[in-house]
Amino acid sequence: MKKRFGLFSAVSMMLITVFGPIASQAVPTPAASPAPTGSITVSAAASLTDVFPVIANAFMKKYPGTTVKFNFAGSSTLVQQIIAGAPVDVLATASEPTMWTAVSAGRVGTGLLFAKNTMAIAMPLGNPAKIAGLSSLSRNGVLVAECAVTVPCGAAARDLLAKNGVTVKPVTLELDVRSVLAKVMAGEVDAGIVYVTDVKSVGSKLASIAIPNELNITTTYPIAAVKSAANPTAARAFVNYVRFTPSAQGILRAYGFARPW
Amino acid sequence: MVNRSARRRTPWFLLIPGVIALLFLIAPLAALLTRAPWGSFVDIVSSPVAQDALRLSLITATLATLLATVLGVPLAWLIARSGLPGTGIARSLVLVPLLIPPVVSGVALLNAFGRRGSFGQFLYDHFGIQLPFTTAGVVLAEAFVAMPFLIIAVEGGFRSLNSQYEEAAATLGASSWTTFRRVTLPLIAPALGAGMVLCWARALGEFGATITFAGNFPGVTQTMPLAVYQALESDPSVAVALSLLLIAICVVVLIALRGRFIRPLEYS
Repeated sequence: MKKRFGLFSAVSMMLITVFGPIASQAVPTPAASPAPTGSITVSAAASLTDVFPVIANAFMKKYPGTTVKFNFAGSSTLVQQIIAGAPVDVLATASEPTMWTAVSAGRVGTGLLFAKNTMAIAMPLGNPAKIAGLSSLSRNGVLVAECAVTVPCGAAARDLLAKNGVTVKPVTLELDVRSVLAKVMAGEVDAGIVYVTDVKSVGSKLASIAIPNELNITTTYPIAAVKSAANPTAARAFVNYVRFTPSAQGILRAYGFARPW
Repeated sequence: MVNRSARRRTPWFLLIPGVIALLFLIAPLAALLTRAPWGSFVDIVSSPVAQDALRLSLITATLATLLATVLGVPLAWLIARSGLPGTGIARSLVLVPLLIPPVVSGVALLNAFGRRGSFGQFLYDHFGIQLPFTTAGVVLAEAFVAMPFLIIAVEGGFRSLNSQYEEAAATLGASSWTTFRRVTLPLIAPALGAGMVLCWARALGEFGATITFAGNFPGVTQTMPLAVYQALESDPSVAVALSLLLIAICVVVLIALRGRFIRPLEYS
């Protein structure tokens, strides 16, 4: 499995280095394919909850007659839904391993990277537990929420803590990053490990601590058209739109996502 | 003879939809049996995560049922027999947790008993007690969602009670507490038993309120339904195996108690 991820990332990176620069200069004009119309359903990672509807609005404006519907959840849930035959056109996950699960199940061809995210610590307003950094999370009596390791934000949190040599005993392992955020905002936990983009999306409703780049972990987001998509033309158009257009990439930047290449 | 003539008169327009309904209810469970990873079933259900979740589920469902009994039986009596004003409204309010989505129950519980909840804040500030993310929180969530089942069943028992036995006990000099304990409770035992079984089964299956209010941590708040949901994200065959175990427990309990508690409810 490990080896396959590596190969998968290597191939994706190659494709990106080959096509990325070309695409960033010339907005692709898929002259051969007909203009997309109709409705598509996009299953997207919970951490894309805020940014994807904005991108979809821009997409629908560019291609009148298209409608984009969303299904947001933890990446692993989305993948299992698609493997079970959920009628979805596009899949966007918060990590490559989760996308690979869908690839190896034969449900999508390849996932291509479109964004990158890093981790941050979120605290309720006022930071009642006086969290000062990752090491504060291991202090006795500090209630910490993380994602379960089965979802990308949980795997990233685990890697982040391991990288910094911090041992944390979380009180809850939530099934998607938005649930961690909700527990932090409700003030029920003292801190939660979330993505920087989650912190940015809720603005002044919570406090946060950034983690320096050299100590941080990144996760990369792949997107793919589902093989059994009911509307393959629009599905491909949406995938291309998210990956290549300056407007979609600009929206992603505005919401705090970085370029994956 | 009666049976046979009744069978002969069974109208097809009831039989067909009735059998479809039965198939509809059984088919998903049967599908689990066909998809179960029988080869690794024992390994899966005896894994530490499954054992923790199972133990926690059994303990919390039982505690939730005890809590619901201790508090719910008096409330059922008040609603059924006290004649106090407002019992009609109380009866409707009791049904609310039954009808609202469990996740809404979880949100409501957070706002009441969370660390910043209207009552929870008092507990936290004065006693340092924090209910979310604790096993006690799981019990609370399960009791909130399952207690209405017990109250409804017991209330029905109280209502159908013939009060002449209690009056006789009172005229013989029994105190009201003695009468309640020695006469009333034994008379409603079948309804109480049925209510407790329903309450226990509902608590065992609770998911939404638990994960919203109590969170998800193995060994502390991760009950079987939460473990099933999480397994579904990583390995669906594990989810199937754990689901079967949970169903088997419910079926065994219901069958074991059927003759003693649930049947008599039909007559009461």
